[in-house]
Amino acid sequence: MEFDWQPVWLTLKLAGLTTLILMIVGTPIAWWLARTKHWLKQPIASVVALPLVLPPTVLGFYLLLLLGPQGPVGQMTQALGLGTLPFTFAGLVVASVFYSLPFVVQPLQNAFDALGDRMLEVAATLRASPWDRFVTVVVPLARPGFLTAAVLSFAHTVGEFGVVLMIGGNIPGETKVLSVAIYDHVETLEYEQAHILAGGMILFSFVVLMALYLLNGRMSRDVRG
Amino acid sequence: MQVEKQTVLSGIRLNLNAEVGGFALRAELDLPATGITAIFGHSGSGKTTLLRCIAGLQSAKGELSVRGQSWQSGRGSLPVHKRPLAYVFQEASLFPHLSVRKNLEYGYSRIGESERRIGFDEAVEWLGLSALLERMPGKLSGGERQRVAIARALLTSPEVLLMDEPLSALDYRSKQEILPYLERLHQKLSIPVLYVTHSADEVARLADYLVVMEKGGVVAAGELKDTLAQLDQPVRLNDEMGVVLESVVVERDSHWQLALARFDGEYGLWVPDQGIEVGSAVRLRVLASDVSLARQRYEDQSTQNLLPAVVLEFTEDQAPGVMLVRLQVGDTAFLSKITARSLAHLQLQRGSEVWLQVKSVAVIE
Repeated sequence: MEFDWQPVWLTLKLAGLTTLILMIVGTPIAWWLARTKHWLKQPIASVVALPLVLPPTVLGFYLLLLLGPQGPVGQMTQALGLGTLPFTFAGLVVASVFYSLPFVVQPLQNAFDALGDRMLEVAATLRASPWDRFVTVVVPLARPGFLTAAVLSFAHTVGEFGVVLMIGGNIPGETKVLSVAIYDHVETLEYEQAHILAGGMILFSFVVLMALYLLNGRMSRDVRG
Repeated sequence: MQVEKQTVLSGIRLNLNAEVGGFALRAELDLPATGITAIFGHSGSGKTTLLRCIAGLQSAKGELSVRGQSWQSGRGSLPVHKRPLAYVFQEASLFPHLSVRKNLEYGYSRIGESERRIGFDEAVEWLGLSALLERMPGKLSGGERQRVAIARALLTSPEVLLMDEPLSALDYRSKQEILPYLERLHQKLSIPVLYVTHSADEVARLADYLVVMEKGGVVAAGELKDTLAQLDQPVRLNDEMGVVLESVVVERDSHWQLALARFDGEYGLWVPDQGIEVGSAVRLRVLASDVSLARQRYEDQSTQNLLPAVVLEFTEDQAPGVMLVRLQVGDTAFLSKITARSLAHLQLQRGSEVWLQVKSVAVIE
């Protein structure tokens, strides 16, 4: 029996793309949450954290309505000639970005909070512009936060199931990711295939987390000198 | 022309108001273009807030110009990174992820080559950092870290150097290690240095100009020796009144371990010999409580520090029955703290000629 690698590649592609988008979108949100004293800080922090507590089916259900042919976003994508997003790979990416958002924003916000004002003030008195300060001071000092955010977002996207089922379905090569493939194999009693994928997932997750902890441990030692 | 006049007369001109969490700062100052200006006050007096407002780290209302260049006016305010200043914080605040060399280069590389008036190697040599360049900040002592911070600040070739209690986080030994470097700033830099401190010793040792702050306002500002000798707004450093004078060591008496320090050309004071070489400039601090007055000069006092003085004015001290007298010796003002009874007994008036006896002198440089 030939082993089907397609779900593995599809999953890696989805997780990689989601992580990339989340780092770009999540960093400014986390920065704003860490620095602002605006009254909207707590409400927005709560919205970002919602996916942590909601069942994935709830998120998937509303995204389905929102992105579907009758939903406002769906109407817009149709008007733009993009069709509708549900049951496509692009739809999965959109859903994953929402679903994994807190896993990026929270570690980054913690890292930015821990940074304090002093280093930024020092950099400003040394003629660094705000963007310069962010790149040369914030990014290197918050590196463990960035690394944690990227790994958690990647791993969490790899592991998602409920949202995928609601919004992506089970289309091979398009939306049939690992977790869904495992479910399929078990349903059809192909335990051997299921073992390869499920066992592989455990191994993969362990290795990734272990590498993260090792790296973060070494980095904080470096900084402390 | 107004602008030119300002450039010539003034280093830093400011009129600033700020409110930080219920604390109000109001300051109007015109500070010299060179030398070290000490901003002295107890904690909570607003001295650090004033420095942060000048740097732009704290927003304030009002006007600020440095060496004729407007940094803040009604029309707007330069952001911190566009102000040609250097700031040394209380804690060295080195970038922990960068080596000493990279820390030094951080500001240095961000100014144009044509603006560089202080060379990299020069700053490294001044502050004795050549052996430390490749180390990480975590491996440095407190004194070394602060030296790196000072060099890093100077390497931006600033128009003004702001220092916020740069020694207060250090132990006694590290302080002694850094003070000589700070003293040398005097000679090396032609820019104004604003030095925030609550230490009387640092004021006496480093300052040329003194600003005294209290409850968010400026209570005294002027040349150090004038400010310390004024009676209408008495300035107490460590609760003690006294004057600081500049002198030169002209003679050393190894037998009695004394050195003769000369001021205003012709007056001399015997001070403890601390190994300072003949010809060196030293600062002396003479407390008002260590100065007594006499109408006549007695023969047996010939070996002591006696100076001919003229009474300028006197006023009541805080303590009952105690008077503060301001006297002039040559061009130098002295303060004396005597009892009201002595004052009456000596029949002192403005213009009276007296002998001033200095019981103890502290050498501070």
